[in-house]
Amino acid sequence: MADSDSSVDNGVNVEALIAAREALGKAPQAALFKWRAACEWKNGTHSNSTVEGFYGLGAEQQHKRTFSFDADHPEVFAAEDKGATPVEYVLVGLASCLTAGIAAVAQHRNIQLRSVTAVIEGDMDIQGILGIDEDVRNGFGGIKVTYKIDADAKPEDIEALVAQSQKRSAVYDIVTNPTNVTVVVN
Amino acid sequence: MSRCLADRAIDHVVLERGEVAHTWRTERWDSLRLLTPNWQSRLPGFAYDGDNPDGYRTLPEVIDFIANYAKAIAAPVQTHTTVTSVGGSDGCYLVSTDRGDWRCRTVVLASGACNIASVPTFADRLPRSVVNVTAQEYRNPHNLPDGGVLVVGASSSGTQIAHEIHRSGRAVTLSVGEHIRAPRVYRGRDLEWWMDAAGVLDQRYDEIEDIARARRVPSLQLAGTPDRSTLDLNALTEIGVKIVGRFAGITESGSAQFAGSLRNMCALSDLKMGRLLDLIDAWARENGFDDVAEPPQRLPPTRVEGAPPLGMDLTAGEIKTIVWATGYRPDYSWLKVPVLDRKGLVRHDGGVVASPGMYLIGTQFLRRRKSSLIDGAADDARDLSDHLAAYLDGRLVRERA
Repeated sequence: MADSDSSVDNGVNVEALIAAREALGKAPQAALFKWRAACEWKNGTHSNSTVEGFYGLGAEQQHKRTFSFDADHPEVFAAEDKGATPVEYVLVGLASCLTAGIAAVAQHRNIQLRSVTAVIEGDMDIQGILGIDEDVRNGFGGIKVTYKIDADAKPEDIEALVAQSQKRSAVYDIVTNPTNVTVVVN
Repeated sequence: MSRCLADRAIDHVVLERGEVAHTWRTERWDSLRLLTPNWQSRLPGFAYDGDNPDGYRTLPEVIDFIANYAKAIAAPVQTHTTVTSVGGSDGCYLVSTDRGDWRCRTVVLASGACNIASVPTFADRLPRSVVNVTAQEYRNPHNLPDGGVLVVGASSSGTQIAHEIHRSGRAVTLSVGEHIRAPRVYRGRDLEWWMDAAGVLDQRYDEIEDIARARRVPSLQLAGTPDRSTLDLNALTEIGVKIVGRFAGITESGSAQFAGSLRNMCALSDLKMGRLLDLIDAWARENGFDDVAEPPQRLPPTRVEGAPPLGMDLTAGEIKTIVWATGYRPDYSWLKVPVLDRKGLVRHDGGVVASPGMYLIGTQFLRRRKSSLIDGAADDARDLSDHLAAYLDGRLVRERA
């Protein structure tokens, strides 16, 4: 077990997060963020999305560079496989959100992580999206995330990292709770 | 507090909108028992003197206990007096009631934190065919229609109510969010005994890293079961109660939506329980109890089915009643002194309110973890009456706002 703050380094600036928490508690308007992406259809089921700016701390913000994401369907869907499927992006979103959370919680709790890997799998009966059976939902029937974590801590403390990460994860919340989606055109 | 003020010969009056122990008489269910053992309710100069110290007071016994205490200390209570407003500032307060007004130099807010049952805003979109009851209104299963019941909330009230209703022959589905699991008896002694002995209940508010969060923690999932059994989710599953995730919303077609986070909610609760029991085990070891107490043990993990239902059609007739056991919030609509924060809670430092001469008592983790227990009143009242007396004597260093 780590015996002093400075010896544990998971690369997370916990002091900054704690300071932000205090400051935003006093200025809740600054805590209102908007995350964005732009999407352009290419051909078939292939589209390209870009992420460059977001709103937060009372102002427009820019990422250091524009991030680009190609999405497509695979050849078994008679498509061209020019990118991962949209549902795989959701799995990536969930896995990366939980993993970031594990690192942050570990840093805060003075636990040194040595390696954290996850495999994430969402099962889907495509009769839903193909409209074959209306009792089958479009989305995942269930999602399973399996972590392997090598860290300087007791098993129950490692389990607690994973549990706490879910508790405070944005994507976990998005996936497990209802969210209003409004789509407008022209 | 009245007893402490009387001990200091501080002239005071206690305003009560009903009879002494009003909310116990009018806002609790019939079979309720305290979740703390009888010996643990210790008021100044007044404790349990019966022959069942490890038992749990029934509702009538709680009412008698409080009413008898008021009589024993000859508390100056004005009953059937409803406070309509408290205004003023700094040593000059005006308390208006439906029986006249009082001017006073100090005010103690003892109206508690459980005035209004908290119910999610989407509850007004429930189908009209479903009867809606809060834990504050609920009395017993026989007042409910026959048929299935959805109990929302799995802390102390929710689990007890779910258990009682299911045993009455109405199939219960229990919606579970954050909850604090705990064994009733641990290593041969009441869990509350350990928490008291190990100093957990005496933890001070200024020793806690995030006191705002600690004050929002739901009640321990403990019940005053006469046989001292543990009423946790596994016990409920055993008798056939169906466990689903947190009630997250209602669709336009009248279906309940349950969160997909049930497994983690139960994992968090089990882990938290493990940490409490580890703390107790460490204390037991360091204080010579390993020889006299039963060996350490852990309850089996909370059983969660592979794919808990994520929805339930509330128009289909399977659910006839919803019981909301989703907590309470205080009512400060009568408090005209500007001491409320942006969440509508009183701003205070361990019960010393942000307006000089005003005090708060009887809320969650006010000064100590035990502040919301009857047993916590004595220490809090002693501390705050000290402060109040010093204030009246002009002995306090007044801080400029």
